[in-house]
Amino acid sequence: MKVMLNVFTPRSLSKAFKQTIRLVAIVGVTFLGLLLVTFLIGRVVPIDPVLAVVGDKASADVYDRVRLEMGLHLPLWQQFFIYLKNVVSGDLGISVLTARPVLEDIIRVFPATLELAFIATLMGIFFGIPLGVFSAVHQGSFLDQVTRVIGLFGYSLPIFWLGLMGLMVFYAKLDILPGPGRIDVFYEEIVDPVTGIMLVDSILAGEWEIFWNALHHIILPASLLGYYSMAYLSRMTRSFMMEQLRQEYVLTARVKGIAEWRVIWGHALGNCAIPLITVIALSFGTLLEGSVLTETVFSWPGLGLYLTRSLLNADMNAVLGSTLVVGTIFLSINMFSDFLYKVMDPRAR
Amino acid sequence: MKRSLLITLALVVFGAHVVLASTPKNTLVIAHSIDEIITLDPAEILEFSGAELAANVYDRLIGYDVDNVSDIYGVIAENWNISGDGRTYTFNIRKNITFASGNKLTAEDVVFSLKRVILLDKSPAFILSQFGFTPDNIAETMVQTGDYTVKITVDKPYAPTFFLYCLTATAGSVLDKKRVMAHEKDGDLGYNWLKTNHAGSGPYILKKWKPSEIIILDVNKRYWGEMPKLKRVIVRHITESATQRLLLEKGDIDIARNLQPDDIKGLAGNSDITVETRAKGAIYYLGLNQKNKYLKIPQVRQALKYLIDYKGMESTILDGKATVHQAFLPKGFLGSLDETPFSLDVEKAKALLKEVGLEKGFSVTMDTRNVEPTTSMGLAIQASLALANIKLEIIPGEGKQTLTKYRARNHDIYIGRWGPDYMDPHTNADTFARNPDNADDAKSKPLAWRNAWDIPKMTKQADAAVLEMDSKKRAEIYLALQKEHQRVSPFVIMFQDIEILARRSNVNGFILGPSFDSNFYYNVTK
Amino acid sequence: MKDTTHSQHGGVTLKLKLLFKLKPWLLSDTPQSAFQASAGRAYLGLLDFLNNRLAVLGLLIILALISVAVFAPLIAPFDPIQTDLSNRLQPLSKTHFFGTDEMGRDIFSRIVFGSRLTLYVIGLVAIIAAPVGIMVGTVSGYFGGWVDTVLMRITDIFLAFPKLILALAFVAALGPGIENAVIAIAITSWPPYARIARAETLTIRQSDFINAIRLQGAGPVRIITGHVMPLCMSSLIVRVTLDMAGIIMTAAGLGFLGLGAQPPSPEWGAMTASGRAYILDHWWLITMPGTAIFMVSLSFNLLGDGLREVLDPKSEN
Repeated sequence: MKVMLNVFTPRSLSKAFKQTIRLVAIVGVTFLGLLLVTFLIGRVVPIDPVLAVVGDKASADVYDRVRLEMGLHLPLWQQFFIYLKNVVSGDLGISVLTARPVLEDIIRVFPATLELAFIATLMGIFFGIPLGVFSAVHQGSFLDQVTRVIGLFGYSLPIFWLGLMGLMVFYAKLDILPGPGRIDVFYEEIVDPVTGIMLVDSILAGEWEIFWNALHHIILPASLLGYYSMAYLSRMTRSFMMEQLRQEYVLTARVKGIAEWRVIWGHALGNCAIPLITVIALSFGTLLEGSVLTETVFSWPGLGLYLTRSLLNADMNAVLGSTLVVGTIFLSINMFSDFLYKVMDPRAR
Repeated sequence: MKRSLLITLALVVFGAHVVLASTPKNTLVIAHSIDEIITLDPAEILEFSGAELAANVYDRLIGYDVDNVSDIYGVIAENWNISGDGRTYTFNIRKNITFASGNKLTAEDVVFSLKRVILLDKSPAFILSQFGFTPDNIAETMVQTGDYTVKITVDKPYAPTFFLYCLTATAGSVLDKKRVMAHEKDGDLGYNWLKTNHAGSGPYILKKWKPSEIIILDVNKRYWGEMPKLKRVIVRHITESATQRLLLEKGDIDIARNLQPDDIKGLAGNSDITVETRAKGAIYYLGLNQKNKYLKIPQVRQALKYLIDYKGMESTILDGKATVHQAFLPKGFLGSLDETPFSLDVEKAKALLKEVGLEKGFSVTMDTRNVEPTTSMGLAIQASLALANIKLEIIPGEGKQTLTKYRARNHDIYIGRWGPDYMDPHTNADTFARNPDNADDAKSKPLAWRNAWDIPKMTKQADAAVLEMDSKKRAEIYLALQKEHQRVSPFVIMFQDIEILARRSNVNGFILGPSFDSNFYYNVTK
Repeated sequence: MKDTTHSQHGGVTLKLKLLFKLKPWLLSDTPQSAFQASAGRAYLGLLDFLNNRLAVLGLLIILALISVAVFAPLIAPFDPIQTDLSNRLQPLSKTHFFGTDEMGRDIFSRIVFGSRLTLYVIGLVAIIAAPVGIMVGTVSGYFGGWVDTVLMRITDIFLAFPKLILALAFVAALGPGIENAVIAIAITSWPPYARIARAETLTIRQSDFINAIRLQGAGPVRIITGHVMPLCMSSLIVRVTLDMAGIIMTAAGLGFLGLGAQPPSPEWGAMTASGRAYILDHWWLITMPGTAIFMVSLSFNLLGDGLREVLDPKSEN
């Protein structure tokens, strides 16, 4: 808490300002690099982009006209500048698969991914942090070993496989959880999307039945993702806590006779807050990645499913658009945690 | 605190799972692979599932009996007559039709819809433009002659069924001109709007289309024909056969459309579920590129036709999904040839190869789409070619990627699936047996061109067939053409598609036609 | 480790005698040479490592995997590619230990041969990504200034994409296939190595002994390759070993999505994907390759964990 107070002195403010400027510049350059990478990927695809638009049976005239319309006759650098200009103005092109602007598609599907990743992160925090704290306090204990094994499994199990097994057991055999999808099919389109997040929208519409249904649907995929998040968070919490517990103030507090649970859960864990937040942010980013496979397994209509479907159908505008968006989000999360770390942590300053 | 949370969680998981035994009474829930739909504009739709959707939202001038394709009858057209020279068709339009929007359907809408196909010139435009319609002449060739009469003039005296079948295709759908033009932008004839909207007079209207996710149709309250029994149809995009089967078994859906043979087998004995099948027009074939020095040898081409385990594939990986068929016209088409002269005969193939000194075999590649059942078929073909020492290397690829290569004639062998675009035999003769120009920069690229098969004589025969007015004689021309084709062509035609539909036993009346644009929902009850 | 010492110092002495002598020599508090000191350290490390039973287990599984891959044709009872439609979807039996798949191929044989693909992928990725990473990192850290800025910016660009997603985009561009999957994974794997190598280099750069070497007139190339790089090795080895599991999973994920190894090759992820269609009635199609992926990734994680404790005790993560 003392750390927080220091932040607002004039010197640290100007320093923070400078750092922000620097950060913006770095982000800008990195973003440009992202664009260049996605653009170049898009140009070396061994797929005729015109064919992807007009299909196999179009006449030669139709084919030639579309080629001109797509600007494919222009030199490469010119195409890049057009791409750059379009992206900056929010135009990621039209998806061949959905016949809609890619940005519109992404805005439509992203809340589903966000919902999944958010619940998964909550689960990761809820189980991972206490587990990490316990195993740091009781090093070498049975629980510590369990945490370690959980962590190792989390790094070793292919998520798509675990997902399929989960569906097999909980849906097909035991029938205690619903199947793939966000809600049962016949509930579709009863609730109007306001936020795009099903759990919120159903409450807003007062459709409790749909809320429960959606909650059931999210349990399995979110638990799976949450498991990976938990594995990571428990491991990180453990190491942060071990570092804190070695500090002198812990000893002092204990000597002062402050209750042990307060020392651990209050003081030590409190001091882990900043690194933990950055780690949580990073794990959230990783979940976006994990969602690609999870969403494929669970027919979850989010960005991951959108990306893989576009990939399998050679819908390059959509592939590059979503790659760019995920890259940007990832970049912002990284920068945010860097920033947080630099501004908040006295040692890093 | 933690314990109570755990209990809550346990309750959520195990206690409160709402199990609905079935889908709502007035709603039909279908699981179908619909990610191929890229547009809802009938002037642009060429995909199977898109065609099916359009068939339920739009009406066409004429239709055919799904059980007897040669029985063509009027839908929007009450009747029609053909001039003596066989070039002018006059259609009388029904007077009692209103669009879902409430607008009256008149001859103006019919002419607008057909002209629009030519003017927009999207992929399916060839279905109409092959009759000589161009943007320059449609003012004279497609004419509204009264409030409810339309006169259409084609450039040659074609067999009437050829033109009429083309009008039954999706491109022949009649659009609500007022509604479409209200959304016109920059002279696009409403194209950008109609891509994701509807303007039809069919039994259903489009409530919602989320690409690769869901389609929701609601009943058209102004429908002019018999009212559909069910108020709503939900088509959920699900690709995996196992998932569709599970949902069907649990009663979460009413109909599963993409079940694979092994899942069909798994459903046997479940009295809640009934399986229906219907032969479709799509054909599985191998295209042998004549630019390849081995494949251009006639004996090699014939040997390959004897090196496919037709029966073996039909009874295992394609069980129930396809039937052996070896001529380019699918069963059910005018003049289709049902003989299957080829079967796996390694000795015969070896003898043929020996004739040309290739008894030791050779190496060749095959571009194979990485989707089922194509991948499995490729593996089976690889195994049977090996019996005659032919080493087949499979080059797997994503669909559009292999297609790009195929259209550039850079393949050795291509394993393909070809679906007819309309019910007339010319649709397949046009591509399998016609190649007007075999030059590398030719304008049209039919399958014969893609395999560099130069056939001036056969092209003429196929051209003559569309001008034969007598159905019987026409059928004979096609039969002869196919026999010759089987003997010499670089196409190993293997199978004809069968569509399998599995439904909950209480769901009746789904009409499965011979083509996807004749699959109808309006008759379904449950 | 023991064998090298033997040949160096043992000479003609009897083995038995040597063994008695060796231990005190290795553990001597007052080593007579630098060699003795490092041999002693290595010995202690080895003891540490051997005490970590899980890590040894991991190592054993990996050794087993390597021998299975080497002797695959001897171990596998059937051809992994040859299809036999009359024999498809057979359950586990004495002839087919893991049953047969949808094309009638023996799953056990496919998994045995699949181990080659797994090793091929991780081996190639490590060979491509680790040198690139260490090169970029050491150069960047050693020179600093604008070289550092430029190289680190490029590194950041690649780090900005989640691995799998960037790999997906690359595979989309290059076309599906195992070689392209390897390239895509390698492209996405080197940046963390560069980061680590750079961090190590920064701490080494100003150390006395590097300064001493520099004063002797050694050029940057010699310093980097001869002195900086070797010192980065231990933390890099740990990181690469820990990454192996991730690489296996990314490759399997690509295979699962149909973008990695292509049929008929017996890649485990692709096998899982094709087994997915048969999950309801034929569980073995998907269970077997999934378990194989799990076992191998787990063993790499165990080994990496153990190595970290020995080689790089200061970094817990």
